[in-house]
Amino acid sequence: MRELKAIRNIRLGIKTLMLHKLRSLLTVLGVVFGVGSVIAMLAVGEGASEQAMREIRKLGSNNIILSALKPTEDEQTSSGQSLMSIYGLLYEDEARIRQTIPGVQRTVPVKQVRKEGRLGERALELRVMGTTADWFDLVKRPLLAGRILRNADIADNASVCVLTEAGARRLLATEHSIGQTLRIGTDSYIVVGIVGTEESGGNIQTPDQQTDAYIPLSVAKERHGDMSIRRSSGSIEAENVELHMIIVEAGQRENVERISSAIETMLKRFHKKTDYHISVPLALLRQAEATKRTFNIVLGSIAGISLVVGGIGIMNIMLASVTERTREIGIRRAIGAKRRQIISQFLIETIVLSTIGGLLGIALGLLFPWLITRFSNMPTIVPAYGIALSVCISVAVGVIFGLYPAVRAAKLDPIVALRHE
Amino acid sequence: MTAGLSSSPNPESLVVLDSVQKHYVMGTTIVRALAGVNLTIRRGGFWAIMGPSGSGKSTMLNLLGCLDRPTTGTYTLNGNDVGSMSDDDLSDLRLRELGFVFQSFNLIPQLTVQENIELPLFYLGWDAHKSSARASELANMVGLGDRLGHRPAELSGGQQQRVAIARALSNDPSVLLADEPTGNLDSATGEQIMELIVDLNRGGKTVILVTHENDIAAHARTRLHMRDGLVDRIDGEA
Ligand SMILES: Nc1ncnc2c1ncn2[C@@H]1O[C@H](COP(=O)(O)OP(=O)(O)O)[C@@H](O)[C@H]1O
Ligand SMILES: [Mg+2]
Repeated sequence: MRELKAIRNIRLGIKTLMLHKLRSLLTVLGVVFGVGSVIAMLAVGEGASEQAMREIRKLGSNNIILSALKPTEDEQTSSGQSLMSIYGLLYEDEARIRQTIPGVQRTVPVKQVRKEGRLGERALELRVMGTTADWFDLVKRPLLAGRILRNADIADNASVCVLTEAGARRLLATEHSIGQTLRIGTDSYIVVGIVGTEESGGNIQTPDQQTDAYIPLSVAKERHGDMSIRRSSGSIEAENVELHMIIVEAGQRENVERISSAIETMLKRFHKKTDYHISVPLALLRQAEATKRTFNIVLGSIAGISLVVGGIGIMNIMLASVTERTREIGIRRAIGAKRRQIISQFLIETIVLSTIGGLLGIALGLLFPWLITRFSNMPTIVPAYGIALSVCISVAVGVIFGLYPAVRAAKLDPIVALRHE
Repeated sequence: MTAGLSSSPNPESLVVLDSVQKHYVMGTTIVRALAGVNLTIRRGGFWAIMGPSGSGKSTMLNLLGCLDRPTTGTYTLNGNDVGSMSDDDLSDLRLRELGFVFQSFNLIPQLTVQENIELPLFYLGWDAHKSSARASELANMVGLGDRLGHRPAELSGGQQQRVAIARALSNDPSVLLADEPTGNLDSATGEQIMELIVDLNRGGKTVILVTHENDIAAHARTRLHMRDGLVDRIDGEA
């Protein structure tokens, strides 16, 4: 019986509001924008953290990536002359991190050199990565053909290599070329496998690249050594780098930040120059959260102001409606309506109004993130709970701002109300 | 014609006013709108309250209609002591015991004829099916069975007043209270409305109406003349 009454009150509310369609629509604009902002805010937040999660997955969520960095001071002193620059990560760094920092699960050292790869008539500059079998565990990519490097390859100094997809395609043309001999510089390697790569999209640098060749670290040490000489436009650049990259895997995600700061402290102690860079994929999450916060402040303020303005607008219209319908209130009271029945009638009307505003706001809230993604490339995801939340907010606005007009309506003396013109 | 709207005409006292006073405070002066009224109205009566402007007719009707409580004295309606009741109890009493007909019809404009007639039943908590059957029965009785879906604005004044009467009867009240029910109607239409009210009274319904027109008051079986907040005289059936 009670529910039935509520439904009839809602029907009546809609009917009354439909008598003044334009007025009702203008009244709810504030709620429309408020709710629209709430949804847009949540969509941007969800989008940012979802993107961050995706990037982290590319980099490995538990990884810390250390890379060699040529210090800038060297470049200033070497101005045009040939000079040997010694920098980068050390074999000792890798050992120390693995052995002394608690929580470190594995480390993957990488020795890198750029060399031309040749297979028949085809040639391509490759980034030759001397590494261990663990690389393929920490930088998880699909195996497209053949196999990855094995511990045995490293122990045996095997002359084998794994290519990345794009490089393999340009060198070998077909996947059936596993087992062919690839010449890298003056050395020969048997191609044993092909792995996929991840696009380095946005602001992150994935550890793998399109044209990598992975060879056993032991082989790279033996054949390339630590020193490399590069001739460019008349000058000779000589570099001595032990390791170009170390990927550190934390056993547990909670430890990532602690381990990375421990590594930083350690490297600072043993390196005179800052010839390394530490990249923590998890920090991307923090960055995404910061973006989220900024958007939350901006859109949250818009939402808050719109909802308050919208609420006051609704209250204003409802007060006008109460005055306009004073006679109706008198009639209902004379017939026998109790005060609280008058309150619920006007309250339901306000809630219907604000909920209609909320529904329009949800439509706007779906459009808004779409536009953001369209024009700023910022990913957005409208979460289902956001829509539920918006409906709750609209109802709450209706209740909060409808209560005063409804109580005013109910307080009217029926005799006075009946006499009202 | 009024079958099903039973209200057995027994001589029991339905309305009893005992030294009722109603005072209004106007700044520093007190207006005694009712200055001590004693009155008994039996079930099935048809009363017209008359008197010059300012004599207390409206105050009297508001009081009889339980829209107000006496300042002093007691008012008993169908055994209920109105003066001691809360606002909610008064609402309930109006809902169960009273039907109002106003000079300006006072239908709710956004509701249809049917919904207007059903309004008291809505507050009584009747289900939709029963209410709608009751509404069509009453609309037929007042001759508007084919206008159930119309809005008040689409009806003539006389038709609106018929709807208002149907609404006032829907809860089968003990007393039908009418405040100048023909005041906004031309005399021919007013006469038709009065015939309807007379018929209702013949069917047993107690009727109290306020009027200043002798022709209208002539339809009543008892006429109460007021002056300065007091009963001046009563003529007709007691
Ligand atoms: N709400 C009120 N406040 C103050 N005085 C009132 C009020 N209602 C009626 N009165 C006064 O009470 C007296 C009786 O008024 P009323 O009952 O309206 O008479 P009638 O309906 O016969 O013209 C008048 O003097 C009127 O001014
Ligand atoms: Mg009057």
